Amino acid sequence: MEVDLPSTVQARLKSDTGEETGSPLDLPLNITRDQLQLICNALLEEEDKPFLFFVKDVEITNSLKDALDIKSLNSEEVVEIIYQQQAVFRVRPVTRCTSSIPGHAEAVISTSFSPSGKQLASGSGDTTVRFWDLSTQTPLHVCKGHANWVLCISWSPDGFKLASACKQGKVMLWDPRTGHQIGKTMSGHKQWVTALAWEPYHKNPECRKLASASKDGDVRIWDTVTCLTILSLTGHSKAVTSVKWGGNGLIYTSSQDRTIKVWRADDGVLCRTLEGHAHWVNTLALSTDYVLRTGPFHPVMDQQAYITDKNVLQQRALERYEAVCTKNDERLVSGSDDFTLFLWLPEKEKRPLARMTGHQQLINDVKFSPDTRYIASASFDKSVKLWDSITGKFITSLRGHVQAVYMVAWSADSRLLLSSSADSTLKVWSMKTKKLELDLPGHADEVFAVDWSPDGAYVASGGKDKVLKLWQH
Amino acid sequence: MPQNEYIERHKKLYGRRLDYEERKRKREAREPHKRAEKARKLRGIKAKIYNKERRNEKIQMKKKIKAHEEKNVKQNTEKVAEGALPVYLLDRDVQSRAKVLSNMIKQKRKEKAGKWDVPIPKVRAQADAEVFKVLKSGKTKRKAWKRMVTKVTYVGENFTRKPPKFERFIRPMALRFKKAHVTHPELKATFCLPIIGVKKNPSSQMYTSLGVITKGTVLEVNISELGLVTQAGKVVWGKYAQVTNNPENDGCINAVLLV
Repeated sequence: MEVDLPSTVQARLKSDTGEETGSPLDLPLNITRDQLQLICNALLEEEDKPFLFFVKDVEITNSLKDALDIKSLNSEEVVEIIYQQQAVFRVRPVTRCTSSIPGHAEAVISTSFSPSGKQLASGSGDTTVRFWDLSTQTPLHVCKGHANWVLCISWSPDGFKLASACKQGKVMLWDPRTGHQIGKTMSGHKQWVTALAWEPYHKNPECRKLASASKDGDVRIWDTVTCLTILSLTGHSKAVTSVKWGGNGLIYTSSQDRTIKVWRADDGVLCRTLEGHAHWVNTLALSTDYVLRTGPFHPVMDQQAYITDKNVLQQRALERYEAVCTKNDERLVSGSDDFTLFLWLPEKEKRPLARMTGHQQLINDVKFSPDTRYIASASFDKSVKLWDSITGKFITSLRGHVQAVYMVAWSADSRLLLSSSADSTLKVWSMKTKKLELDLPGHADEVFAVDWSPDGAYVASGGKDKVLKLWQH
Repeated sequence: MPQNEYIERHKKLYGRRLDYEERKRKREAREPHKRAEKARKLRGIKAKIYNKERRNEKIQMKKKIKAHEEKNVKQNTEKVAEGALPVYLLDRDVQSRAKVLSNMIKQKRKEKAGKWDVPIPKVRAQADAEVFKVLKSGKTKRKAWKRMVTKVTYVGENFTRKPPKFERFIRPMALRFKKAHVTHPELKATFCLPIIGVKKNPSSQMYTSLGVITKGTVLEVNISELGLVTQAGKVVWGKYAQVTNNPENDGCINAVLLV
């Protein structure tokens, strides 16, 4: 039965936050994505901003006709086209290994770029923390001081300090410019430290407070100037696996006792206990992770700007935080040994927003994309899965690794995803096609740590083969 | 002879003399003086014996003190363990996995040269008479050009027998093997793996082509189930292994993986 198809439809453009833009339009059915983009830019009075368009959760990749279900279309109905703005800048995919720098005498366990993306540090099993010069891609400083494996490192949001923690439970601070230790060694944990988190920049531009989670079940908040414990958050009955310092003065901790706890950072009061997981909670991610990490720096936009006034920077960090977290809806996602992920709104309620199932092995790492639209989860079942970060709906599964996937990292424009695996490769996935973009072999053994610099220019990876590799376009 | 522990019993019932500790301390304090006096007074063979004993005692004492000191030092500097792991693997029982298998180029070069650094370098030569048994054939059993292999063999999947008239070598079904017990030298674990082929029988090229497996033969085995990967992230599936036993005597093939 041939139905006389209408050539136009009534359509209305709507932003992904639900605001309607302009009045309903008569759009031809064969309108393409580029044309829609022009219309959208004109309506919003913007210039050349890239958008993604969705009709009933189906992305318009070619033309409106392909995405619409023509048969069920009611010509009286106004079709809602939802647009999402994408990052204006573009991060080019890393394609080649520009240098593999030897230096560490043992496996590289953690790597991290500074918030401005101009410095790089790594921690290793040879008990040292090393700083690397990014412009010449050579070793810069070697920091000796720990007595056991350096398990985690974390840059302060202003980029002037690096905290590192070792298997003996000691936390140390380093000056990235000289490579010397700042202050005293902070000891107090009885077992190894599993995670570090700094207080967000917009709360305190001095970057004084640091939270560390430990295997012994405690979370300690340190004053990094006096090097003393301010607070000790005890409550978990087993090892704490991850700690995140939210932008609204809350600290989130996940533990092997199957709970996630929410603490007030100022006085250490336990606000909420989020229950739901049936096994260890391995990892946490905040929707605001990227803005909190980069703090006052917009790595791509203000490359040249050198502002040193802390109040201005704090204001800027706060603006950026509020832009991402508009309605006080800092979302939290947790990955667990019970093969599921939970999406929470920890500031408001105890109940999860969604439970995301699908993985067949434990989930090792989970990250929000910088634009907070996607969640990527890495699992030991060799796959990376993508989820919608608002509803928790499953989007797709990225397969290609032949062994457990350890870590994922997003590019700053959220168009690319990087995963590292036990099969000694890194893989770059494109968010546009939802497929493998590039395969990056080169490591001789498992890749334990990977980080994409906040400005998107470099990727650093380190693993069991003891070399640190830098990747570029 | 005393019956039972009467001294202990008395002590328990009535306690010690009130000045017991004091007397004990004094006695101990006097001990060196007493010894010195004895050492000074003794003469002749008795002095010799006494001094020798005392010397040995001192040596033992010094040794003990030194050992204790070392023990204390050791506690302070804990040795950093090898094989560092990231936080997320610390609580998991990660089985010790051998390092990356030698890289592909090295492997290829070795293959070209046909020489391996093998666990059993010297192999006893297998004489033809030992490996082959002459079979008489023909109507009157006068012909003797057929041979039967008396060793264990590996016969490929796609092998089809030739007509009996042209079949010079017979490989008995009972001596055909498909699997080998392969030990990974670094993992110290043994796996029963399917054989892919016979790479080299050092005794003779002919044995290699016949698939004769004797001690020292290099086999290619399928290790895909071990889950080892190459640098490019592909699963390795073929690796070489050397036979370490005499399969024809044991009824099984034991081999060591060449890493």
